[in-house]
Amino acid sequence: MADVETIYETDALIAEDIDAYLEQHQHKSMLRFITCGSVDDGKSTLIGRLLYDSKMIFEDQLAALEADSKKQGTQGQNIDFALLVDGLAAEREQGITIDVAYRFFSTEKRKFIVADTPGHEQYTRNMVTGASTADLAVILVDGRKGVLTQTRRHSFLANLVGIDNIVLAVNKMDLVDYDQARFDAIVADYRQFAQRIGIQDFTAIPISGLAGDNIASKSDATPWYDGPTLIEHLETVELGIDARQDGAFRLPVQWVNRPDLDFRGFSGQIAGGTVRPGDEVRIVPSGKTSRIARIVTFDGDLDEAVAGQSVTLVLADEVDCSRGDVIAAAAAPPQVADQFEATIVWMDDEALLPGRSYAMKIGSQLVQASVQEPKYQIDVNSMDRLAAKTLELNAIGVAEIATNKPIVFESYDDNRDLGGFILIDRFTNATVAAGTIHFALRRSQNVHWQALEVGREGHAALKNQQPRVLWFTGLSGSGKSTIANLVEKKLHAMGKHTFLLDGDNVRHGLNRDLGFTDADRVENIRRIGEVARLMTDAGLIVLTAFISPFRAERQLVRGMMADGEFTEIYVRTPMEVAEARDVKGLYAKARAGQLKNFTGIDSPYEEPEAPEMSVDTVEMTAEEAAEAIVEKLLAGGFD
Amino acid sequence: MSATNLTHLQRLEAESIHIMREVAAETEKPVMLYSVGKDSAVMLHLAKKAFYPSPPPFPLMHVDTTWKFQAMYALREKAAADAGMELIVHQNPEAKERGINPFDHGAMHTDMWKTEGLKQALDLHGFDAAFGGARRDEEKSRAKERIFSFRTANHRWDPKNQRPELWKLYNTRKAAGESIRVFPLSNWTELDIWQYIHLENIEIVPLYFSAPRPTVERDGMLLMVDDDRFRFRDGEQPVTRSIRFRTLGCYPLTGAVESEAATLPEIIQEMLLTTTSERQGRAIDHDQSASMEKKKQEGYF
Repeated sequence: MADVETIYETDALIAEDIDAYLEQHQHKSMLRFITCGSVDDGKSTLIGRLLYDSKMIFEDQLAALEADSKKQGTQGQNIDFALLVDGLAAEREQGITIDVAYRFFSTEKRKFIVADTPGHEQYTRNMVTGASTADLAVILVDGRKGVLTQTRRHSFLANLVGIDNIVLAVNKMDLVDYDQARFDAIVADYRQFAQRIGIQDFTAIPISGLAGDNIASKSDATPWYDGPTLIEHLETVELGIDARQDGAFRLPVQWVNRPDLDFRGFSGQIAGGTVRPGDEVRIVPSGKTSRIARIVTFDGDLDEAVAGQSVTLVLADEVDCSRGDVIAAAAAPPQVADQFEATIVWMDDEALLPGRSYAMKIGSQLVQASVQEPKYQIDVNSMDRLAAKTLELNAIGVAEIATNKPIVFESYDDNRDLGGFILIDRFTNATVAAGTIHFALRRSQNVHWQALEVGREGHAALKNQQPRVLWFTGLSGSGKSTIANLVEKKLHAMGKHTFLLDGDNVRHGLNRDLGFTDADRVENIRRIGEVARLMTDAGLIVLTAFISPFRAERQLVRGMMADGEFTEIYVRTPMEVAEARDVKGLYAKARAGQLKNFTGIDSPYEEPEAPEMSVDTVEMTAEEAAEAIVEKLLAGGFD
Repeated sequence: MSATNLTHLQRLEAESIHIMREVAAETEKPVMLYSVGKDSAVMLHLAKKAFYPSPPPFPLMHVDTTWKFQAMYALREKAAADAGMELIVHQNPEAKERGINPFDHGAMHTDMWKTEGLKQALDLHGFDAAFGGARRDEEKSRAKERIFSFRTANHRWDPKNQRPELWKLYNTRKAAGESIRVFPLSNWTELDIWQYIHLENIEIVPLYFSAPRPTVERDGMLLMVDDDRFRFRDGEQPVTRSIRFRTLGCYPLTGAVESEAATLPEIIQEMLLTTTSERQGRAIDHDQSASMEKKKQEGYF
């Protein structure tokens, strides 16, 4: 075992001159890095070793570790460093790290935060998570095995999230007799691959996590290696956060600080550049300009603040500015658009549904976004581009995204804070994807809304009615179309201008290119929603009769309409009753396996949770149901 | 341009402030859990910084066991008043009625006063987000917890079903009844906390500093006789020793260390030279190494 020379926390200084030590510690910088490797590349052992060598293990922890090592360890009577790192009880028994864990240690020069990320096939999501906050990645390779599929995948992912500093740590050198030729061959192999995926540069170090070679101190066993030890490299590599001070100034507004009428400040963490009082700034997206009056902090006003600092800005003028806006250098504001190309990493068990509306968080902005069918999926093992209709858990693809309103952004390569986003399922609230924006689509920047002389109010006023969408949803055979027809007849008789969109009819024309897969069902509903919205703009009362089985899509359509114009009507019929009626003979076909993806049989129907109206077709006839609906519409001030 | 490179403490401070502002902006009824310990002191200080010149836009809440050190109660009132924040003190009425105490009830004391008390308090006030001062370096299972940690309507934590946390984009959405525990000090280490207290002159409970205090040695722990509720066993006599505490909890359950460290640099020096880890002074998680994880799944903070 190599000697552990102490370039770590110096005991001597602590004991002799604590003030000098504190002074030193106070001025340390911080490096966040991730370690990636396959299940048995010795990753946990390496991290355990870093903690052990930096004396981050206390005596009682060490005693527990020694006891655990004997009980569960894989190193005989020796300390199993991996046990120190593998945290949760269940995974300790499996001997596999299955989540992202964060570890801390420091040396004389830096404090380090290590994201320990899994080497498992199925855990792309965890690695991307760990890498998103890292300045550097340590890619571990087993000296006996060389560059593996996993090595390529980890490197690709590290590069994908924009990590510039890559360390290739060739581990277990003790098991290949510290052979230089073996090391050189692995490095050459890796270089070839790295260049192909756009990694410009990397640092290769021969190490042994178990024996401690070239970790904290130079190993006598590798006299042929004259580069830095792992720790030396980590201590001296330049930090990305510092480089970001050179960019244009950006502050995404998190919170408006308004203690009283005399003070109005905009709080946020600076995402790029430097700011000083007097600087000209522009509020994006509104485009209004002002000057910085003060940079306010608890510790007094600042003359200057830089990327990474959390501050509160006071502007010279009373301008509108709220959470989600970005205060930026007036001369170099970020872009605004509503359609983008982006790389997307899917992180949820439920696959991407193209067209579905997801919540999107980018900076402090929260909007709705839908993802188009991917242009391609990337095979993270071969880097090949594959055709894809969707993205499953851990899949990575490139797709176009549209947001429901313009957002302030920059390409991820230029600014992580304004180019990285997450997608959230609006019903389960799960974070389903992470994405990085490449660029805005030209059409979104150049196509502007045509301002119309005669507006929707004008259309409606002439018809003397309030435009509405009466959205009938329910199982096939529930009686949606029948009831919708009756309602339309009654409204028509009352002199209302109506239009009925029927599922079967629309599928013969507008949507004849769509089938019945989940993705096609979403697109079907999206198009119908758009048509219905145009019709309400024209002042019409639109009735629609579609199964529309997914809550998310009904919600999507609701979101397209003006407030109060969407009325969801649930036509409630138990499955057995609908199937017994089977007016069109469809249930029989589905049961016989001749119809795939049939709602209620092999495709789900999600009941409305809070429909505006609900009618039960077991308890009442179609005529009674229609009567009830019209009555309720009239009672609700419908005219 | 001359770059002002941020130190690690400046980066940690900026990160914690960012987290607090996200919670203030995106949740409906946040609260800051305040235990009067050194981590709480740092968290409260950061909250003052995050919202200055406004006071922090949420109350402080202490889930009290009635068995804390007297010096803690004194600082609690003062700290809340200084910050201009409302202070909510919750004491589990059932524990009070049954007279649950650390001398007679062992593990049930922590369970009823702290675990149950916390759940009650959160439900009672309908808080949907609660700041806690836990750090990832404290304990192995904490190393894997997110900064925004979700709890079901029953306050349970599911380590297998955590949301991925990318960049600094925190997903704060939740269903009715669910709540979030937020740990703005996740990335701070014990040394960072002490150093920050030193640099920022943050007031902490005097018990962290060494002084002559009445003590009893029992089962390998050095206990302080803090008030007249202390029960002496046969033959026990209070002995004055120069002691201090590395961690503070209920006084009959918290072990002191013999020490002469009376200033912050001396405390830090002692901490760095010492070889036992922080939580060892607490009786709570000695049983088995996975015990903290179990407690957390049941709702202990």
